[in-house]
Amino acid sequence: MNAADAPVPAPLVSCRGVDKTFGRGAAATVALHKVDLEVAAGEFLTIVGASGCGKSTLLRAIGGLESVSGGQILVDGRPVSGPGVERAMVFQNYSLYPWLTVAQNIRFTRQLRAHTRERTTASVEAVLGRADALLQLMGLTGVADAYPNQLSGGMQQRVAIARAILSRPRILLMDEPFGALDAQTREVMHDLILHVSKLERSTVIFVTHDVEEAIYLGQRVVLMAPRPGRIDTLYGVPLPAAREQPMKQSPAFLELRRRILDRIRDTAGMKTDFELLQKLSRQAQEPAG
Amino acid sequence: MAQPPRTALGQRLRALWTIRGSLDRRSYALLAGLGLVAPLLAWTLLASSGAVDRVFLPGPAQVLARLAGWWNDDALAADIGISVFRVVAGWALSVLIALPLGLYIGTYRSVQALLEPLTDFVRYMPAVAFIPLVMLWIGIDESSKVAIIFIGTFFQMVLMVAEDVRRVPMAQIEAAQTMGATRGEIVQKVIFASAKPALLDTLRITMGWAWTYLVVAELVAANSGLGYAIIKAQRFLQTDKIFAGILLIGALGLAIDQAFRLAHRAAFPWLHRRGGA
Repeated sequence: MNAADAPVPAPLVSCRGVDKTFGRGAAATVALHKVDLEVAAGEFLTIVGASGCGKSTLLRAIGGLESVSGGQILVDGRPVSGPGVERAMVFQNYSLYPWLTVAQNIRFTRQLRAHTRERTTASVEAVLGRADALLQLMGLTGVADAYPNQLSGGMQQRVAIARAILSRPRILLMDEPFGALDAQTREVMHDLILHVSKLERSTVIFVTHDVEEAIYLGQRVVLMAPRPGRIDTLYGVPLPAAREQPMKQSPAFLELRRRILDRIRDTAGMKTDFELLQKLSRQAQEPAG
Repeated sequence: MAQPPRTALGQRLRALWTIRGSLDRRSYALLAGLGLVAPLLAWTLLASSGAVDRVFLPGPAQVLARLAGWWNDDALAADIGISVFRVVAGWALSVLIALPLGLYIGTYRSVQALLEPLTDFVRYMPAVAFIPLVMLWIGIDESSKVAIIFIGTFFQMVLMVAEDVRRVPMAQIEAAQTMGATRGEIVQKVIFASAKPALLDTLRITMGWAWTYLVVAELVAANSGLGYAIIKAQRFLQTDKIFAGILLIGALGLAIDQAFRLAHRAAFPWLHRRGGA
């Protein structure tokens, strides 16, 4: 590794002092407080944190689905003022269109004006070819004409990812995309998304509550903390760029996992009071009276 | 804990009382037939027992005979035709206005704030009470009957359409936003497309309500139609004709309802197809 010699690239995404407050007056909650974050082009960045830490809010703000109350988010030097085709998003679920087949879902952007301004035969063919290529890449060829509700959760998320990257967005925002999947499917999806992101050279910002997932996927892990939602720590992941499942057993992986979990426990403000638990269980065991 | 039943019959009976349990086709058909035949049988028995005067409770045979007579000598087909026309016209007029209005109320908070409280208010006004006004304003021709059916269905329909539209999952809308869809594209290609099955159900249900307002509408100086025939039959103590009219409206409503259900299956195959990709 000779990262020190390489010139520092300009960040593709930069958040500068981003604040987000929901509600007003006494009912106001601070979802994000002075968040500074820079994401380099081509980076795979994961964000973890206890619930209520604002990780999804931050992601949605970068995606332009949430306005910010203060500060600025820049993508490629331009401030974000709403959603844009260069920032695609994959949601946890319910985002596929159940009335369209798998292939139609993936080609959905072809129906939108934003993607059909230059409508040459060549560009149309290129997109159709790309849709087919994505079907193949995602292992969806056999179900191209099926409807989403005929597919398993893992297959549905493959469709969602293929649809999101069809028109080659520069940034892929993923909001707990595998949160509803079982553990085995999730592992398969991890290797798939790593493969795809490398192939597409996309920049990925990936929000999750699963620390193992965050470490396995991320080149850096951002830990956020709640009340108010803020960035707590940035961790570099000391694993080779090409990830493989056995690395999850490596000492470096386990050590980082322990450190992050400890820190989440410290920041979540929900420590278990073991003394109280023991006292209660003693009381329960004593005979009544 | 209940004792496990020992006999096969006991087990089958017990299976019938499984909460949300499944039921095979034959048992379903058997029970449905029973549910339909039992009241008919009870009616026949009661009417032929002589316990109730024939004038007040005619038997099924008498009602059928009256129906045949009505068809042959009294232009039943014309009565059905005009009633269907009134119901469909009033309902279609509602659909024409309620669909776009509900789409806007369910999509934009501003339109909702402007129109929903008003609609909620009007919807609680009894449609029947509008009859005198309708007669004064519109007169006593065909359009007044259509107007009554319209008033009876429209305000409910707007709110139901708005609710259908609001049920479109936000993730579907946001996914389109991040794919660069414009507002118009989202309303048309996502919100409307996504709400379609629910909307067709709403149309089906409101069609049922339109039928219930038919008799009310034909109170307004009508001289034709099923509702009018029922009202007129009361004057001449023709209970069998009242029965025939009511049953006929029920049968027509049921037929239209089934047609809607068939259309639903045909139009939205993805809803009715599961597993086995």
